[in-house]
Amino acid sequence: MTLQRRFARTILGFGTLAAVTILIAPAIGPTPISLARVFSRVIPFADNADAQIFFIARLPRTLAGALVGALFASAGVVFQGLLRNALATPFTLGVSTGAALGAVLAISFNWSIGALGISAVPVAAFAGSLAAVAIVYALAQARHRGLSTTVLLLAGVTMNAFFSAMILFVQYFASFADVYRTLRWLMGDLDVSSYEPIVAALPAAIAAFAFFAWLARPLNLLSLGADGAESRGLDVTRAQRAAFLSASLATGAAVTVGGPIGFVGIIIPHLVRLLVGPDHRLVLPAAALFGAAFLVACDVIARLIFAPVELPVGIITALIGGPFFLWLLIKKR
Amino acid sequence: MAAHKKALIAVVAVALLLLAVPARPEISRFPDYPITRSDRIVSLVPAVTEMLYAFGAGSRVVAVSSYDTFPADVQQLPKVGALLDPNVERILALKPDLVVVYGSQDDLKRQLARAGVRFFDYRHAGLADITSTIRTLGAQTGDAPAADALALTIERGLDEIRGRVKARPRPRTLLVFGRERLALRGVYASGGVGFLHDMLETAGGANVFDNVKVQSVQASSEQILAARPDVIVEARATNSAFPSGERDAELNVWKALASVPAVRAGRVHFLFDDRIVIPGPRVVDGTLALARAIHPDLLQANGAERATKRERSAESLSEAPEGTRRKAGAERQE
Repeated sequence: MTLQRRFARTILGFGTLAAVTILIAPAIGPTPISLARVFSRVIPFADNADAQIFFIARLPRTLAGALVGALFASAGVVFQGLLRNALATPFTLGVSTGAALGAVLAISFNWSIGALGISAVPVAAFAGSLAAVAIVYALAQARHRGLSTTVLLLAGVTMNAFFSAMILFVQYFASFADVYRTLRWLMGDLDVSSYEPIVAALPAAIAAFAFFAWLARPLNLLSLGADGAESRGLDVTRAQRAAFLSASLATGAAVTVGGPIGFVGIIIPHLVRLLVGPDHRLVLPAAALFGAAFLVACDVIARLIFAPVELPVGIITALIGGPFFLWLLIKKR
Repeated sequence: MAAHKKALIAVVAVALLLLAVPARPEISRFPDYPITRSDRIVSLVPAVTEMLYAFGAGSRVVAVSSYDTFPADVQQLPKVGALLDPNVERILALKPDLVVVYGSQDDLKRQLARAGVRFFDYRHAGLADITSTIRTLGAQTGDAPAADALALTIERGLDEIRGRVKARPRPRTLLVFGRERLALRGVYASGGVGFLHDMLETAGGANVFDNVKVQSVQASSEQILAARPDVIVEARATNSAFPSGERDAELNVWKALASVPAVRAGRVHFLFDDRIVIPGPRVVDGTLALARAIHPDLLQANGAERATKRERSAESLSEAPEGTRRKAGAERQE
């Protein structure tokens, strides 16, 4: 089968899955709502509780889930390709821990950007992720002419540990309520309850996806190793830089919207590779679409399973994703 | 039949096993020596510190937790850690004869028992537990008559509030005690158990999360929209008030949920008041503040609050600086 046909089939398959999930998800929830009322033009929006539940509560969180799932899953693919390490995740290089530190600081010190009327937590989280990226990048460049993936990995893991220690340090002085809120933030939460956080993350997300589209071929070549890739005419350093920065940007944007939701960034790439093979031109779009569908579905389950109480979605991703992945692993081998 | 027998045997065996396992001996609440009076009390729980001062044992408190701020006298006292970081060495060095600990501080309890120091085991629970705690505590410290009188005053005060709101409709109320700044994310609300829930019901409101039997519910925007509260009260500690410039912005946050009756009727209240969030002897005032937010026409109150205040100052709460109280009062109604 030609690549075009496989590509078309992959996109069609995973795209349908994602589209169906995203369309169905807002209709499902702990509160029964009537879709006829939701789309009724007769009832004013301010009086229409069903429409408000649909458009203010469920639709933003479905879209947030889709965006965050797509970002984490494709960033996971890029990090695994860049580091040539199957265990790499979007959280390996310290980006999410940097974001978490930013969020923890904002929560513990009760920061707000009152002039703009917005919460400081996502802003601080994004700033934290950028700071982490800058530090790790500077470290990986300092000792090398190019970008050393070994140093990148070691610097990332070290910064992860360092930021984690900083988080604990800040938490030690925070009040109980703040510690609890921080802990809850670290479990991930897609209940954004407005479209602004999604819109705010879109520029970074679009930039990251544009880079990912370009990165598919370079990542295929990088899987041969740096020397092999270079002999095939790839500017390895440039590709590595682009991969690191774009995947970090994607991770930072995703964490800013939904918090560090684990497991999507490692499970979805491997799942997709089992299904479509190792070619990044297929894996990248498939992972983005499947990641979106997976996280949206997990969020629906998180909303329903203990209704009216909600579970943090990060628990569901691991509880469902883990066994499913193991099952697929055994079945395919 | 055989299966039933086996099950029965299993149940009996487990029950016997449970009986056979000795209760951890070091966590005995009242060691066996006669209790008359405590002269050197360490309190690691702010709510209990307030109780001690309120029934006149304040002068015998020698140290408090790092979270204690009320009454003002405690600011002079040594701070010996709190829930997670009690400083056992400093506590023992103060030679206390009674230490008030929180229920989850098992290590501390063991260490105190080993050192032969009596402790009072406390846990936050419902509204009725506040007065029962005051009575038990008073018996432990040797202040039984004063403690009983205080408990009775509080119970009467709460009964009076109940009586005043009894004939009124009970608006469905969402009681929020935490959320992210300037956003409707991470909203924590009172579930159907705990003192906040009890206070809300006493104040004449119907908790929208009555059926969720936990103390705190993380409420999603969908849950809030579906619950359709008539009144929303955000209650927090006095010192966590929003900066004055941001109150309007914080109120605006709720406007996103326009179909919620409380939002449409402008019945979203911020109450930054320790008397609501600390389950101590000031709970009558806290409940009254809640009642006024839920029933605005209760504002022209009769002498009830003044009466309880007078009685309580007789109970030695007079140490409370009038300024603090007035400030808390001013924060009350938004």
